[in-house]
Order: sequence, then C-alpha cells, then structure tokens
Amino acid sequence: MSESTYAVVGTRPPRHDATDKVTGRAHYGADFQLTGMLHGFILRSPHAHAAIRRIDVSKAEAFPGVKAVVTSADLPESPEQMVDIGEGAMPLSYIRGNMLARSKVLYKGHAVAAVAAVSPHVAEEAASLIEVDYDVLPCALTVEDAMRDGAPVILPDLRTKEFGEQTGRPGNVAEHFRHVLGDAENGFTEADLVVEREFRTATVHQGYIEPHATTVLWNEDGHVLVWCSSQGAFTVRKATAAVLDLPVLRVSVTPLEIGGGFGGKIRIYLEPVAALLSKKSGRPVKIVMSRQDVFEGTGPTPGSHMRIKMGARKDGRITAAQAYLAYEAGAYPGAMVAPGAMCVFAAYDIPNVVIDGYDVVVNKPSTAAYRAPGATQAAFATESVVDEIAENLGLDPVEFRLMNAAKEGTRRADGPKFRRIGCVEVLEAMRNHPHYRAPLEGPNRGRGVAVGFWFNVGLASSCTISVNSDGTVNLLDGSVDLSGTRTSVSMQAAETLGLRAEDVRPSVGDTDSIGFTEVTGGSRTTYATGWAAVEAARDVIGQMKERAALLWETDAASVEFDRGVFRAGGRSITFQELAAQLDETGGPVVGRGAVNPSGAGGSFSGAIADVEVDPETGKVSVLRFTAVQDAGRAIHPSYVEGQMQGGSVQGIGWALNEEYFMSAEGAMLNSSWLDYRMPTSLDLPMIDTVIVEVPDPEHPFGVRGVGEANIVPPPAAVSNAVYRATGVRLYRLPMNPVAVMEALWQKESEPGGGSLHSDAAA
Amino acid sequence: MAVVFIPTLLRDLTGGRDAVEVQGANARQVIEELERACPGIRARLLDGERLRPNIRIAVDGRIAPLGLVERVSPASEVHFVVGIAGGLGPP
Repeated sequence: MSESTYAVVGTRPPRHDATDKVTGRAHYGADFQLTGMLHGFILRSPHAHAAIRRIDVSKAEAFPGVKAVVTSADLPESPEQMVDIGEGAMPLSYIRGNMLARSKVLYKGHAVAAVAAVSPHVAEEAASLIEVDYDVLPCALTVEDAMRDGAPVILPDLRTKEFGEQTGRPGNVAEHFRHVLGDAENGFTEADLVVEREFRTATVHQGYIEPHATTVLWNEDGHVLVWCSSQGAFTVRKATAAVLDLPVLRVSVTPLEIGGGFGGKIRIYLEPVAALLSKKSGRPVKIVMSRQDVFEGTGPTPGSHMRIKMGARKDGRITAAQAYLAYEAGAYPGAMVAPGAMCVFAAYDIPNVVIDGYDVVVNKPSTAAYRAPGATQAAFATESVVDEIAENLGLDPVEFRLMNAAKEGTRRADGPKFRRIGCVEVLEAMRNHPHYRAPLEGPNRGRGVAVGFWFNVGLASSCTISVNSDGTVNLLDGSVDLSGTRTSVSMQAAETLGLRAEDVRPSVGDTDSIGFTEVTGGSRTTYATGWAAVEAARDVIGQMKERAALLWETDAASVEFDRGVFRAGGRSITFQELAAQLDETGGPVVGRGAVNPSGAGGSFSGAIADVEVDPETGKVSVLRFTAVQDAGRAIHPSYVEGQMQGGSVQGIGWALNEEYFMSAEGAMLNSSWLDYRMPTSLDLPMIDTVIVEVPDPEHPFGVRGVGEANIVPPPAAVSNAVYRATGVRLYRLPMNPVAVMEALWQKESEPGGGSLHSDAAA
Repeated sequence: MAVVFIPTLLRDLTGGRDAVEVQGANARQVIEELERACPGIRARLLDGERLRPNIRIAVDGRIAPLGLVERVSPASEVHFVVGIAGGLGPP
C-alpha cells in the first residue's frame, strides 16, 4: 500500500456495527417478529421438468391452523413488461413464473404453492396435503444437453436472440452474441504455438450462511410492508411491486441485517408470495427458507462449457485468442455469459480476438449473480491455457503475463478501451512477493498463479448527513451493509468533514426514508455510496460556511475549510464549535448527496497457490495462498483484506469441492452443508494479502471496488498448481478427489505415463 | 465526428464495417444518424423510443448513465454493449 496523507482513510477503526454483531443484538431476517404473525411454507416441485395438470389445495386449506393457501392463480395478470431487477432486466412473466410455477415446473425445487399457518410445522404439514398432478417431462441439465438436436424444450416460446434481433430459432439458446477484434484467423497464422482446450465447470452456489427470510404485512390500507434480508431494499420494492402489479409507493421495504449474499440476494423469491398470503389471511406472514430451499430454490451461478484457443509467438507475444462460452442460465434466460465474455481475455492486450457467447436455459434453478458473475469460469479456462503456453515457450508464467498485460489504452474485445487500470502493478506485486520465489519442497507439491478481472460498477446512491449540536453527525444511506460498508462510507464522510470515524453514526435507511439507492453489488458500495457520502459532507461544509460567514459578518465565499476548521479573515472556528451554534444561526444543517457515477475503475486480482496432492486419495491440500488485488485506495485496509480472503476461499471451494451434484432426473443430491462441501478454516492456510493501490482517477479518494475480482483467479491458480504437482492438467471443476484420481489413472495408463512428480519451479 | 463501433452481429447492416463516423450531439442523435447511413440498425438498438432491454450505450469507455440523452462529442467513441441479465452492467 502507498503512504497516505489522510487522517481517516487508510486507517482501521472498529466497525460501527461490531458490538451488535458479536453480541447477537443485530436483527437478521429470521429474527423479525410482529404481533399475530403467521408462518409460511413453500411447496416445491419434486421434478426437474413437468407439466402441471392440476393443483388441489382443498385438504391444505381445511387443515387446522391454516389461514391461507396460494398458487400462481393468485398472482395478478398484467401485460408483459421488462422489469429492471437490479441485475439487468427480466420479463415480468419469467419473474412471476419463478415465484410460483404456472403451467410447468422447470427445475426440482420450483415453487408451486404456499401455505400460511399458525406455526412453521403446521404450514409444512398442510403443504404436504396439497395434491399436484404432474406430467413428468424429460429434462436437460447441462448446456451440452440443452443445445443438442432434439433436446427437451424448456420454454416453448423461447427464440434465440442475436443483439436485438429475434432469429426465430426455437430451442434452449436464449441469446448468442459475438465480439470480434482484429483478424483472429490471421493472428493464429502468425503464432508459433497454438493451444486449444475444452473446459467445463459445475453449478455452484454462493453459499451465504443466512437463508433467505422475509416478513410481509399487506396492511388494511392496501400498503405492503416488507422486512427482509436482501442486497437492496429498492430492488426488492421494485420487483415486489411489479409482481403484485402495484405502484412502488404502495410497497415499503425495510432492509434487515444480512448474513451474506455475494450476489444471490439481489433477486426476490419470497416477498410477493408472503404478501399474497398476508392479503388472504389479513395477518403478517414470515417465510424463512431451509438450507435445502436455498440450494434448490434460489439462483446459483452457472455451470459452463467453454473452449479457449490462444496463439503466441516464440518471443512471448500473444497474437490471437478465441473463446466459445456457453453458460447455463437455469430455468430462465440470464446466464452471466455476457460479463464472462467481457472478462475472458481482459487481462491481456491481444490484437486479434473472437468471442462467442451462448445463454442457454436448462432444468436447474434460474441462475443469479455470484461475485464477479461469469468471470471466474472464463478465467479458469483462459488462465489454464495461458499457463500451458508459458510453459511450452519456456517462460516464467508471471513474466509471460506481464509481457502481454492489458494497460491503459488497451482495447478490449468487446469494444471500449481500458482507462487507468492496475493489471501490470498486480502482476509486478506477485512477481516481487516472497511467496513467488520461496522454495517449495516435498513431493507432489506445486505452485500455480493466475490473474483475473472484474469491471465493478457505479450506479445510483443516496446519502444524507445531519449535524448534531456536539459536532458529531448522523449518516443515513441506502446501501445494505454486507461487509462493513457502514464504516467504509462513514470514514469517507469523516475524512471530508475533518472528523473521526467514531464521530459518525451510520444507519441504513428503508425505502421511505432515503433516496433511491441501487443494490449492494458490483463492488459498488464503498465506491458509489462513499462518493454520495462525500457529496453530502461537502453539502454540509457549504451550509456551515454560510453559518460561519453569518457569525463573522462576511461572505461565505471567503470562508475556507480544512481538516475540521473554518477560517476567514484571521478568525477560525472548529466544526464542533460551529455545530453548537446551529440553532442561533438558522437551525438544522442536513447535507445530501446523490450520485450516479458511470466510470468505476475495474479491479485486477492475482493469486499464488501452493498445493499438495495426495497420490493415494486425490485430495488436494492448499499449503499456502497469496491474494493480490488493486483496491485503488483502501479506505479500511482490514475490510479490503477480508474481501480478498473471502473471495479467495470461495474461489478455492469452487476449484476443489463445490458443485451441484445432480441425478440423471435433475435432483440435486447434495443440498445440505454436510454434502455440499465448502472449505472451512480447518481446510485452509491463512490467506496472505497484498493490497495494490492504483487510484481510480475520478473517485474523490481513488476507490476501486474490491468485493469481487478476488474470486476470479483462485480456481485457475489452484489448477495450475495441481498440474505442477502432478503433471496432469484438469479441465473441469471441481477438482475433487474423484476427478484428480481419474486424471492420474488416465495418465498412468498412457504410454510413458508414470507416478507423480514434484516440479516446484512455477 | 464521433466514431460508432458496430457490434459484430450488426455488421450485416453496415456492409461489414466495424466502425462508422457520424454526427450527433447525444446518443439518440447518433443512432438517428446511424440509421440514415445504415438503414435498419435503429430497430436493432431501440424498442420504440427506448433502448432495447439489455443493450447499453458506452460513450468513451463508460456506460452512459443518461442513456439516449448522454452527450457525445466529435471526438467520442460510442459502443453498444450487451447488458447483463443476471449481473450488474459493466462500465
């Protein structure tokens, strides 16, 4: 990190919500209670693909303690429209269809009906009495299944789109797009070495610890009140209002604390259902998902099928690259293949590129965002090929990447040029880190590296700051706090106002109390909401200058402000002293900031991984791991490091263990924490972190978002390390013991195959 | 004049050209001028008077927060990018 001239930015104060979090006082979705509250339970499809012939809810309605039962027949009908759901637009019919299935169920776990009763157990028991007559249909579970001729048609009305044009082609491909830069065919002829490989990755879940939970009251005045765990109250309001065909003014959403989201709590699943149950029963209704509900009924990240072809000259220059990316959208269009395509070669300056992307519906839950959505799959493929080329050319893998690294002015294959980015600085930090040069001794061990990129976004944020008479301030913003952003936002306000972080009392507002604010996602909150806080603080300073000018009988324009002190004409007054005189100078001072920045600087991240492979079991153990990331400016370094460690751990889990293990009939067979194997602290070493700071030139403090890019390189870094340890490259995630042993046995069965070797020279 | 980069799948409307120079003070005017030069392209970008869902305009490398009324200078680069259903749009 660079030396900082700031008093607050770059320091590590305790987070404002720390005490409530560690004492259990913080209110999460499931903690919320209202008098007379009922409990909801959602009946889900046991089939991956089936037509619904008939639903009979009469026995459930008659069950003692049941107050309401709803099906899709209770959802309103309204004309089709595209609804911005905080993660791109989606047709309203798809959103409603995912909420409660209409004529077909499209995945096992698809919601079919819901019951509200006096207890969760009564609701569950009553739901088991609902009779659903299914006509089971064949299913398609992977993009390869879904794209082949004769595949089961999942959405009968679906036609492939190509950049705004309906091609009229039926099937399961919702969208095809292509990016072309230069002349790839010619670029490959210039290459001395061309490597082409095929990759597959499994469906994985974000794995947030807190299940989805909501409480909804359809009030007697027709107002719908929602208290829930989500990544954005305004997005919940917008989507809930659209599904229920209500004006947004009729829906109020209060965000409660959130126990993890990682992109998976942007979409809604429960709120309209609970609202309909509340409307029917006249009582507030709470629904809390089980872990199985979360796995089977919410959006994981897409599985993928990819082909990457890259060519390079002997001098180490990459001359051409080609990518085929087909991502599973799940039951409805919207796989993250577009950002995957924008990131697949983003780390490199390549003159000739072709990228084809396919968004493919399959009989799995409708996929959702997951930390740098789409980029991790793509980076696994690209970084594996880059590693192979570097080895074949006899080049150091980091040096090879540096020779081809994207920098300011590099044109991306999807069109725009990069502005100031830190790809080179991240690679240099990797090369210079002691980990990279440290000897790696012992058999069956290897070291791998990889880099990754995520765009980050700006988007709309609002913030108000109210000055108290003792010189402290209350800060209200609209961003759900996933990771300490109350504090990182407050620190930017404090720095601007010349206060200490603890002089700011931050709160997250509901949709009735704060201006529109987009979701906490896209690594945007410290960047954009922090920027809104700076604007609000500047507004406060402007108003306080007028107060000082009033006291000093001078013009406000002559008043200067620096580090908490107002000065003019040889006189000075501190922020605190002036705050004590607000009453007699005009009353309250409330500053407001509302921003919609568009130029968020993307973040590059790198990983160095040491692994050991057990030749008897195929188990891969991570021995040492270093994460490097460009934060632009680290407002609170501890939180940046925490993001880097969290993203690295999730990336390692994606690499080694995590997957939706599906039966041939489309049932997830491992929908519990016991069987869906996420890494724990017992599985991993301490994740070392290096914060690189290449400030974003436009942000007041140079912030780049840091929440996502760190998950992108770990799977490739681990895979490259496994190769160095075993001599075997794996082209499929997860690299679990079964996959590793199969690869080793195949290697041994080949002519010249042998036992594991140790090659620590990464 | 601003340089409009043509998405690969729309180049059948530009005779294969990957970039077209047009005048226009904002993104809407740029699209109208583009339509005059390359008939049919407007319908691929707009749905009525609005951008098609999941298509975004980028001016000088950043997603235009003002959409069709985003200002464009004679030295600008204009791109049309696939929006991200299922994820937040990149700048």
